[in-house]
Amino acid sequence: MAVDNNKLIEVDDLSVKFATPDGEITAVNGLSFGLERGQTFGIVGESGSGKSQSMLALMGLLAINGRASGRALFNGEDLLSLPAQRLNRIRGNRVAMIFQDPMTSLNPYLTVERQMTEVLELHKGLTRRSALSLAISTLEQVRIPDAARRIRMYPHEFSGGMRQRIMIAMALLCQPDLLIADEPTTALDVTVQAQTMALLRDLQRDFGTAIILITHDLGVVAGLCDQVMVLYGGRIMEQGSAESIFYRPTHPYTLGLLGAVPKLDHEGDRLLAIPGVPPNMAHLPAGCPFSERCTFVMERCATQRPALRPADSPTEADDEVAVLRACHREVIEITREAERVLP
Amino acid sequence: MSVAPTPALPRRGQEQPLLAVRDLHVDFKVRGEGLLAPRRTLKAVNGVSFDLYPGETLGIVGESGCGKSTLARAILNLIPATAGKVVWMGRDMSGATPADWQQVRRNVQMVFQDPLASLNPRMNVARIIGEPLRTHRPDMADAEVLARVKAMLVKVGLAEAHLYRYPHEFSGGQCQRIGIARALILEPKLIVCDEPVSALDVSIQAQIINLLKDLQKEMQLALVFIAHDLAVVRHVSQRILVMYLGRTMELADKHDLYADPKHPYTRALLSAVPLADPRRERGKVIQMLSGDLPSPIDPPSGCVFRTRCPHAFDRCAAEIPPLKAINEHTQAACWLY
Amino acid sequence: MLFFSRRKTLLDQLAQAAPHGRSLWADARTRFMRNKAAVVSLVLLLLVSAACIVGPAVLPHSFDSADWDSMSLPPTLKNMHWWGTDESGRDLLVRCLVGGRISLMVGLLATLASVAIGIAWGATAGFIGGKVDAFMMRIVDMMYAIPYLLIAILLVTILGREFYLVVLAITAFSWMDMARVVRGQTLSLRSMEFVEAARSIGVPTRRIIFSHIVPNLLGVVVIYTTVTVPSVILTESVLSFLGLGIQEPMTSWGVLIEDGTSVMEVSPWMLLFPGALLSMTLYCFNFIGDGLRDALDPKER
Repeated sequence: MAVDNNKLIEVDDLSVKFATPDGEITAVNGLSFGLERGQTFGIVGESGSGKSQSMLALMGLLAINGRASGRALFNGEDLLSLPAQRLNRIRGNRVAMIFQDPMTSLNPYLTVERQMTEVLELHKGLTRRSALSLAISTLEQVRIPDAARRIRMYPHEFSGGMRQRIMIAMALLCQPDLLIADEPTTALDVTVQAQTMALLRDLQRDFGTAIILITHDLGVVAGLCDQVMVLYGGRIMEQGSAESIFYRPTHPYTLGLLGAVPKLDHEGDRLLAIPGVPPNMAHLPAGCPFSERCTFVMERCATQRPALRPADSPTEADDEVAVLRACHREVIEITREAERVLP
Repeated sequence: MSVAPTPALPRRGQEQPLLAVRDLHVDFKVRGEGLLAPRRTLKAVNGVSFDLYPGETLGIVGESGCGKSTLARAILNLIPATAGKVVWMGRDMSGATPADWQQVRRNVQMVFQDPLASLNPRMNVARIIGEPLRTHRPDMADAEVLARVKAMLVKVGLAEAHLYRYPHEFSGGQCQRIGIARALILEPKLIVCDEPVSALDVSIQAQIINLLKDLQKEMQLALVFIAHDLAVVRHVSQRILVMYLGRTMELADKHDLYADPKHPYTRALLSAVPLADPRRERGKVIQMLSGDLPSPIDPPSGCVFRTRCPHAFDRCAAEIPPLKAINEHTQAACWLY
Repeated sequence: MLFFSRRKTLLDQLAQAAPHGRSLWADARTRFMRNKAAVVSLVLLLLVSAACIVGPAVLPHSFDSADWDSMSLPPTLKNMHWWGTDESGRDLLVRCLVGGRISLMVGLLATLASVAIGIAWGATAGFIGGKVDAFMMRIVDMMYAIPYLLIAILLVTILGREFYLVVLAITAFSWMDMARVVRGQTLSLRSMEFVEAARSIGVPTRRIIFSHIVPNLLGVVVIYTTVTVPSVILTESVLSFLGLGIQEPMTSWGVLIEDGTSVMEVSPWMLLFPGALLSMTLYCFNFIGDGLRDALDPKER
């Protein structure tokens, strides 16, 4: 894949393997995507899809028995092969990550002030006082009321939604180019989730931060993401613009997910359930990982892995980015079914 | 004994409600701040009433801290109610003995949120599903118990080969199926489902929802379906109760709740649910709630929602709005009406 | 969030249809067997125990027979005193093995007693909860505060040095760890969803304790038992070393070590052999305990 200098981050054939007593498990298998400045990229998948592990690999946060391969070019540097010291300068500074559970992501023994000023002192070399004022103003930007007083409080004194906002504030302190958010709203109530999503949208607009959003919630993806990648069993099933993924799905798994999501407005009697159970990463089929559960499965699906190729059927002209899919079936078969079953 | 119907919602046919809850309160004693502070009261459920008829599903939705899980447990007396009445099949359970509740338990079972944690890791599937039978029908022969367990296993979509396996060998969805089998083995009249699909993947969630609906139809079950996800609740319920900080905000038929929500909280909740539809999701107007959830130890005076309600006015702080009928399909607790 | 369980079963296991599942015990056994240190320790321990039980019957010398020809001999092939003799000509090897019998027996008995008391105390406190729990745990705290050596000296001085009294004295101060651990586990089990599920089914309390709580306690009990045994053996050795433990003519490793210390400059083997035996046994128990803890680690579930 040729390097495109317009891209903020360019991931090429990223794979993550874990050494376990049961053998080697490939959690992520051949991920490639690019993201430009200010864009939002959604990685959608269920358990076992490898979505979290792929981003942990980028940040150098894999467990000790994990190994990443491939390339992840961030501003020209390959994150996967950087020495630890250099990676530390980038992490928290140019690339920041927020996690699902803000209670365990924040240190319960330190005040919010200490945790935030620490980041600024380390990466920006600020004095304590200027770090404090910058931290307070960042908290105000994430709409924490009475920030100057609250910054001295401990994480457990805040509600879940506020803690998540503090996490976002901490991630944005150094005005990173890229924010990786791993299920940032999953643990939140729906009204708080809406607030957080709006906040992320506004912050992106104000700071121009690119966001990689990992989630299983299609609604959140629909609200925030420009580009979407659908993973199953560590591999890409479909990849394209949000418009094409949601309105013209070309992969049976995408179709299944869209059908399985309960609708707020559509009076369906039965949900379109994807049969079967989540994949066992230790025993994936040789072919397509989704073949065990696919309703469109053919004989060769289990043995012959479909390559990720552009969808060769004409899509609407306003798609700048071609839809990529990994499926042996013809596009038209899936789109026809989509029209039939999706509202 | 006959129970006064909840205001204005018509009695279905001439049926007695299976379960009638009247003004239920569940309080917890909480230690105060500081060494010598007096113990305070956390009002988890603060006056909830509803009827449930045979074969129907009541969905209970609310966000964290609204008391829905506590309500579910109080209905079964897993947590004792502090005040109020639970009337089961015409029988007032106030002051009931444990033996009385034991009788009720044959007809009311529960499905829990965390599929794996709700199963004893040291018991195999056969023992887990058979336990209700051995508890309530000790006279039943082993062979009969086994036969029923096998039949139930197949009914929930598992196989006989799973009979002697252990919970940790199953996926989340399968564990939940085992939990459902255990709940159904006594052929109860009512199943209380406490967030049964929240911990599951989307595709598995759909399987379990479909399963519950099929079983309900087949076995004429009533369901109390508790969830935080309004879209999920819509697929399963006929009527929906919206809770906030221990109180009922709105209780309405499904169509009316989703098409024309009356209570401001319901409106905010509905508008906040993210839609899997980029154009509509980005174009929609969300009713943002200001502020944060108040503490249940110290709830606001009057209407508990007033601190975050965009329409709050003087009366809201002064008096608690009662749950009253807006029309024949909807009740709401709001001074706007 | 750490990597997910590798034990998730699927439809392909269904196809193979093994009628009996892998219980957590079977799983644990497999994991335990993978731990080389633990397995080697287990084997060594079994060898030592076998030697102590069978050895003295098989060996040519008896533990109290004085061989006036072979006094204070270093390890030698002469007269088959492979580990040497003490100043009375008694064979060290046999004495070590016989002493081992006593040490291990005291260890076993005192451990069993402590475990029984500890489980009963801890499970009751944990299950009843509230004020009863607080009261029972304060007693545990008090026991910790009492200096056991002082009490042991007192007991022995007043009541004598019978075997069963030594076991009693040791038990009295070894049950608290188990009680604390069992109480903690019971408390956490009580609030687990499957116990709540059992209550919602209507399972009577008695059955809940036996079917749901106790089987899930066994994991920590097993682990802490293997921690208690070395502690108890060591306590016995210390008491014997101070002259408060096992009386002549019986011997234990502690007694042998005490004897050995007094002649250590002249006959170092007298200290070396019993000391090495004791240390090795303690190491073995510790490795086994570690192995068990890893094997039964709930995070693996």
